[in-house]
Amino acid sequence: MANEIQYKYHPDNLVLSEPNKYKESELKSTEMVLNLGPQHPSTHGVLRLEVLTEGEIIKEIIPHLGYLHRCFEKHAEALPYNQIIPFVDRMDYIAAMNSEHAYAIGVEKMLGITDKIPKRVEYIRVLVAELNRLASHFVAIGTYAMDIGAFTPFFWMIRDREHILRLLEWVSGARMLYNYIWIGGLFYDLPVGFEERCGQFVDYLRPKLNELDDVVINNKIFVDRTANVGVLSRDMAINYGVTGPMLRASGLRLDLRKVDGYSVYPELDFSIPIGEGKMGAVGDCWDRNYVRVQEIHESLKIVEQCLKQLTTDHKRTRDFDPQEVVPKKIRPKAGDFYVRAENPKGELGFFFRADGRNDIPFRCKARACSFVNLSVLNELSKGSLIADLIAILGSIDIVLGEVDR
Amino acid sequence: MDLDKIITLLRDELGDRASVEAAENCFPEALIVSPKTLKSVCEILYRNESCYFDMLSCITGLDNGPEANTMEVIYNLYSIPFDKSLMLKVILEREKAEIDSLTNIWRTADWHEREAFDLYGIQFVGHPDLRRILLPADWEGHPLKKDYEHQEYYRGIKVEY
Repeated sequence: MANEIQYKYHPDNLVLSEPNKYKESELKSTEMVLNLGPQHPSTHGVLRLEVLTEGEIIKEIIPHLGYLHRCFEKHAEALPYNQIIPFVDRMDYIAAMNSEHAYAIGVEKMLGITDKIPKRVEYIRVLVAELNRLASHFVAIGTYAMDIGAFTPFFWMIRDREHILRLLEWVSGARMLYNYIWIGGLFYDLPVGFEERCGQFVDYLRPKLNELDDVVINNKIFVDRTANVGVLSRDMAINYGVTGPMLRASGLRLDLRKVDGYSVYPELDFSIPIGEGKMGAVGDCWDRNYVRVQEIHESLKIVEQCLKQLTTDHKRTRDFDPQEVVPKKIRPKAGDFYVRAENPKGELGFFFRADGRNDIPFRCKARACSFVNLSVLNELSKGSLIADLIAILGSIDIVLGEVDR
Repeated sequence: MDLDKIITLLRDELGDRASVEAAENCFPEALIVSPKTLKSVCEILYRNESCYFDMLSCITGLDNGPEANTMEVIYNLYSIPFDKSLMLKVILEREKAEIDSLTNIWRTADWHEREAFDLYGIQFVGHPDLRRILLPADWEGHPLKKDYEHQEYYRGIKVEY
């Protein structure tokens, strides 16, 4: 019985579960529906795009989502606040530390313990989150270069990301899904010797970034392929709720790390790069990747400053307990909260409703940045060539785990 | 611009039709808006130069259960020039959960409203393309409703695990 295949085959199954918006019979003779995905490598996961084309020109794109839906919000209705963290990891699995950080500061704000968190904990959090931001941008740029035909940058980026994953594995015991940042503290203190190894990694990475500039960003083939493609105007970006590097590439200097100034970001010195249209129009695919590369430089600066703080003012002491303020019982007072933080891909927000009587949130909704950023795809690629669609989709940098939740 | 000023502004603009009041225990500050005035309230908040809420961050659906017999839709607005966040809460009847769509003001609302429809069955009147977004089109029921009971089989696959 257990091995019995439970699936009833029917030729119309796919059509019934995700029907196309356009039917063959209703199309004009010059139009065609092209199906892209869900198992297409350049969709970065399982995303299906129904593309209505006229010749080589895209008339409309209808994304079909939900192939990776894992019921985050349904699960969150049955779990205490601290047990939701592993589920948050699995939303944006490329940058799990950042999502954990956003979630933890959100719940801490509800509990009113934000000011009690020790400085060393805050610096460690920012350190690991920025390392993870580096890893996320590496994946974004590496896979993007591969999408548009350059294979080498992918290997280079994944090689450097591997160093970060090993560092984070040393910290937390896991390579991608960490459950390291807890509400009110951390799982463990940093392992002994971590600061030194991390410093060596920063020294190793700096020259590699020059290579990245040469082989991708300033590469003539890359520029020709991406400049003036998929131009997103600032107003349209705001109206679609686009955030993160995509919004900044369209020329708006909005970064929640600066605007909200959460955690220890106000004490750190870093700048916010924006797209300037150096190679084409402001807000094109090239600008989006340029902003990501500049953010890598800024994140490295933050990592260095955190390491300095963690070895001088807030250095390791024998009696330091990273779980000192972790609450025994997490029961926020009744109310509605919307909290947000800057993830590598944009604004990650959490809406909570606490009823004050339970350890379980009455409602926990995640405002996923990839989900919102992806919604602009139709507007962005209307009227462009099919070949440019892959370039545009890649530059949005989506993670399907977060789109579908 | 603080909350009192926003309420005064809305009452000045809408006159008798305005039924907005401040909500307690919310972060960021929140207004409770009646379903009928929601669209005009949002239009004023979006266009008025003194608040200019140009970004809709999030739309959350919420079910208070058959006992309370209400559903809620919660809108999180953000004004980039004034660095100001605002929450709008709308309380709906559970049997007739209908509300005006905001897709004409913020395009973000499109997918968020589809998600709320998918998971709660809330109807957004005037939405251009209200289909399920996360679940398969032939799924039965709206899973985040408090009285939801999942179907026994989906295409011959047992849903209970």
